Amino acid sequence: MAIIIFLTFVSFVLGLSFYFGAKTKSASGYYAAGGNIHWGVNGIAFAGDYLSAASFLGICGMIATSGYDGFLYSIGYLAGWMVALFVVAEPMKRMGKFTFTDAVDAKFNSKSIKLMAAISTLIVSVCYLIPQMVGAGVLVQPLLGMPHEMGVIIVGAVVIIIVATAGMTSTTYVQFLKGGLLIVFSLIVTVALLVRGLATRPDQGGKVPFHVYAELVTAMVDGKVVPADTTFAVTEIKVVKDHTFVKLTQEGKASWWMNAEKDGKPVLKECQWESQAPGQPKVVNGQAGGKLRLVGSLSAINGDASPEAKTGPVGPFTFLSKIGAKDTKVDLWKFSKFKDAGGAEVSVHYSYTTTGNKILRPGAKFKIEGTWLERLDFISLMLALFLGTAALPHILIRYYTVPSPAAARKSTIVAIAAIGFFYILTLYMGLGAMVNSVINPTENNMSAPLLAQTFGTFLFAVISAIAFATVLGTVAGLIVASSGAVAHDLMDRFMNIKMDEKQKVKAGRLAALVVGIIAIMLGIIFKGQNVSFLVGLAFAVAASANLPAIIMLLFWKRTTSKGIAASIGVGVISSLTLIALSPSIYKQFGLDPAKAPVPFDNPGIVSIPLSFLVLVVVSLLTKKKEHLEVG
Amino acid sequence: MFHEPAKPSGKDPASTYKTRIGNWMFLLYALIYAGFVAINLTRPTLMEAEVLWGLNLAVVYGFFLIIFAFVLALIYNHLCGKKEAELADTDTEKGK
Repeated sequence: MAIIIFLTFVSFVLGLSFYFGAKTKSASGYYAAGGNIHWGVNGIAFAGDYLSAASFLGICGMIATSGYDGFLYSIGYLAGWMVALFVVAEPMKRMGKFTFTDAVDAKFNSKSIKLMAAISTLIVSVCYLIPQMVGAGVLVQPLLGMPHEMGVIIVGAVVIIIVATAGMTSTTYVQFLKGGLLIVFSLIVTVALLVRGLATRPDQGGKVPFHVYAELVTAMVDGKVVPADTTFAVTEIKVVKDHTFVKLTQEGKASWWMNAEKDGKPVLKECQWESQAPGQPKVVNGQAGGKLRLVGSLSAINGDASPEAKTGPVGPFTFLSKIGAKDTKVDLWKFSKFKDAGGAEVSVHYSYTTTGNKILRPGAKFKIEGTWLERLDFISLMLALFLGTAALPHILIRYYTVPSPAAARKSTIVAIAAIGFFYILTLYMGLGAMVNSVINPTENNMSAPLLAQTFGTFLFAVISAIAFATVLGTVAGLIVASSGAVAHDLMDRFMNIKMDEKQKVKAGRLAALVVGIIAIMLGIIFKGQNVSFLVGLAFAVAASANLPAIIMLLFWKRTTSKGIAASIGVGVISSLTLIALSPSIYKQFGLDPAKAPVPFDNPGIVSIPLSFLVLVVVSLLTKKKEHLEVG
Repeated sequence: MFHEPAKPSGKDPASTYKTRIGNWMFLLYALIYAGFVAINLTRPTLMEAEVLWGLNLAVVYGFFLIIFAFVLALIYNHLCGKKEAELADTDTEKGK
């Protein structure tokens, strides 16, 4: 059923695309849907564009594993719309025609602005495309049983067809449908979650028995760990940082355990594990080709740690207050990697317990009580999220699809209402995944769809289809923005290649194909990263490259074309360089994160002020010259 | 399908007023947002404090930032719409 619903949804999206494709004859129709979309539709389409894989998959996944820290993304992403509404919406509509470049270049008609703004649009769009494609890969795995790479290729191919056939009109209606459905079905999942309530042995409505992880009492004999149960024999001990993992064998079957303490006495806690010897198939929990069990649960609710502890249906506030209580205990999972004595690569997944009050406040992921550099990283992230929204090219181009500046304003307000409501739901869905044993220990992006699955296959299929359409729609919007940057900004306006309306649309479609192929390749390379984290980086690049130009153009009369071009260039280069040299990227490419030259992950705190500074300095240096040239 | 005709975007007589109130509202929201970030950095444990209906400060402040954004947006739209209508009426009267 999941596959049928999924294919029906994708077919409908493609049908819509071909329908509007037949109507798209002009560049205005391709890039800006003819500028006559109703503000209400555009508002929900904004929500569709914005509630990308990062919001639905990434934020819910991050909340599921890090609690409130994931919700910080929701807050920051929504707050960014205040910049869009109060500062950018109406002026962008008044200044522009099809693209971000049109808007920043409206006053100057400068070649250098056209070039830099088009490059910036391309780079930001590609940065934003990576997490969407990664999201596509993780969605297809459980839904269609295909590998990550195949999911990325399918999304890339479908989106290229959508964009290459119809452009902004079909993208708008796909986003409108998807945005609306995403909010409605997320609400259904949240209501179902509240009706189910909380339990220390979540069994998904009786469908999946809760796995209770075993504990073995041990003793130290001659300095060695010895299980009290003599049917187990210790075959290997591995110390990784602060943890000691013990390999036991019972009746010829091997398993990994972790040294721990319970009530002051030493115990071994059962772990999950993956092992792969060279040239051998992967063994998971002792089975070749097996799968890890899904994890995440409460071990005590308001102090009640009994196996029968459950709340029954709860209200939305009670749900949060019970999870966030000091005497509520949450079992989460981490993993350690090492080579065993036989040379096999082993990943041991182990549980740890934390209290509810620590889950429902910042600090689990972002080290706000850590060093000043770690705190700076947190400020940097919150700054980039706040300033990034109003600088995203695929969001900015949506201001050109409505008929007037007032309609741009109204559609932004509809977007804020829809997006804000959805983001409140993310906290419930993320925490719901955390306590219902639906987190994949190796990959948290699928937490929300897997939570939906606990309420039935139908809901899982619909949610997955919507999530897939989410990726399709957002990728489509980004590729329209990128193709606009190449065909309209670079080929038509920067290089002055003479093209009629049909040729402009054709150039846009060709550009869409190339950007789509690049997106597919990057989606495969960045497999395994949390998609919300990757989007946070795209926000930082957008906020560094585009926002200083927009803000200063609107509010500082001494801004010059060279100042804008330099600011965009410096914003792009500085943010990308800082990201490339950051600990997370080092880790992604198998390098030691401790050796990363830049000690923080989020570049905004450096690159955004730098971009503003460069704009001011270059504008002051070139002001007189430009006046003379104009004179 | 939900299309409306594009209006030529000529000079907007209300733009100065809209920019002014937009800037003030942006500043107000930015200050409240900065307050949220500042509490997290300086008094992170304060975020655990229960403030309303059993919810802690982190949740209440987070929800407030989201809901306040919508309320502020509605006020902004109301004020902008009112000014646009007022100036449109003035223009019509001048036209007579």
